Amino acid sequence: MQKIAELMQAKAIELLESGKAEKVLAWRAGEFFYDNAPAAFSNVDACKEIVYNEFCPANLAKYLIEATKQQKKTAVFLKPCDTYGVNQLLKDNRIKREYFYAVGTPCSGMLDEKKMKALGAKAILAVTCEGDKIIVETAYGTKEFAKEDVLLDKCIMCKGNKYKIADEELGEKLETPKFTGDKFAAVKAIEAMPEEERFAFWQAELSKCIRCNACRDICPACSCEQCIFDNQDAPVAGKAAADDVEEQLFHLIRAYHVAGRCVGCGECARVCPQGVKLGLLNLKFIKDINEFYGAYQAGADATTPSPLVSYKDNDPEAEEALQRRG
Amino acid sequence: MLKDTAKFEPKIVAFCCNWCSYAGADGAGTARKNYPANVKIIKVPCSCRVNPMFILRAFQRGADGVILCGCHPGDCHYSTGNYYTRRRMALLMSMLNFMGVAEDRFRVEWVSAAEGAKFAEVMNDFVAKITALGENVKLRDLRCKK
Repeated sequence: MQKIAELMQAKAIELLESGKAEKVLAWRAGEFFYDNAPAAFSNVDACKEIVYNEFCPANLAKYLIEATKQQKKTAVFLKPCDTYGVNQLLKDNRIKREYFYAVGTPCSGMLDEKKMKALGAKAILAVTCEGDKIIVETAYGTKEFAKEDVLLDKCIMCKGNKYKIADEELGEKLETPKFTGDKFAAVKAIEAMPEEERFAFWQAELSKCIRCNACRDICPACSCEQCIFDNQDAPVAGKAAADDVEEQLFHLIRAYHVAGRCVGCGECARVCPQGVKLGLLNLKFIKDINEFYGAYQAGADATTPSPLVSYKDNDPEAEEALQRRG
Repeated sequence: MLKDTAKFEPKIVAFCCNWCSYAGADGAGTARKNYPANVKIIKVPCSCRVNPMFILRAFQRGADGVILCGCHPGDCHYSTGNYYTRRRMALLMSMLNFMGVAEDRFRVEWVSAAEGAKFAEVMNDFVAKITALGENVKLRDLRCKK
């Protein structure tokens, strides 16, 4: 991946110097090895700070909204899965094609430092990848993990290495994690529970929430100018005055608002500091849409109408749809 | 203290579209068909005016049952409104079921302006069902672990 970072730095400099872009969106090293953060580069000298490795999970697509508002041509590095979010933002008219230049960036799956720590790697100094082997250097010696054991949850269900939108592709495509299981397995397990158990499960999950709004802020489909969960009267953006409706139904409403537009990137669950299994709500909507209205992948292109803004004469009725399932 | 379920009077919110179901409710009145006073009707221009949040809000604010009535598919005054409603509400109902919140407290019915009798029948049936289910607390408890 070091090679890709060098390619990215060169590409960023080339785009800035040629005037093809006024700004480049990429990742910059964070305080720790695992928290590479999204960053904007408009200065050629700063481009050597661009990093890329197995700890760059953040999708840069949402920052393009700002680029469109400023009407500044912005270059953006996109991993294959990030391109779905870009298509969705295009479809939602939140970004304009003329204001961004998409550079496809190869990815072979991002890693989860929490999983490494859980597997006993303490005081991690550096992580290197050798095919399916992950070598972790710690203050107490070197450890080795299988890649599939330390992949980020969202990367386990990888969508593959094809870019859905890209002006150019950087380097060679990499091999992505192969997912052969059923991505709806966890949803089906909950569906199979008795009603009271389902309710108890969600009550326990949602009670963990601290309403930090991270799931909303990261989501490429959740991009309203004015969010119903923001207090419109406050001088700064913030939570609405704690109201029981907002507090208790936040997750249901959040998931519903992106139904039919959720690209299934799994970012919401990744950024949740409380580990709420948010992705399951989104997956449930995706599963229902697929079953009731035909298979649909949001963000696969920027033109197919979303299932909730289209209809068929013979759609199932609500009760009928419930029975048809399973 | 045990609740006397025989005396439980549910609060039912009915969203009725202006063109069919609201007129249907009128029709029920003119035809002297009875339906329980538990049903509080909110008139909306079209069933697709009803944001799924309205339904959740009604539950949150103490409704024991919510029913959404609109024109039959194909008969929408605005041609296609109720087709969108149908998709939205199917997903909402399925999600309520998924979260273990009794989805049978929420119902979608198509009632035309000529179906006064059906309106009364649907409301009688729904009120009876909700009365049997008892008070709705689940949505209010969704985020408080006991």
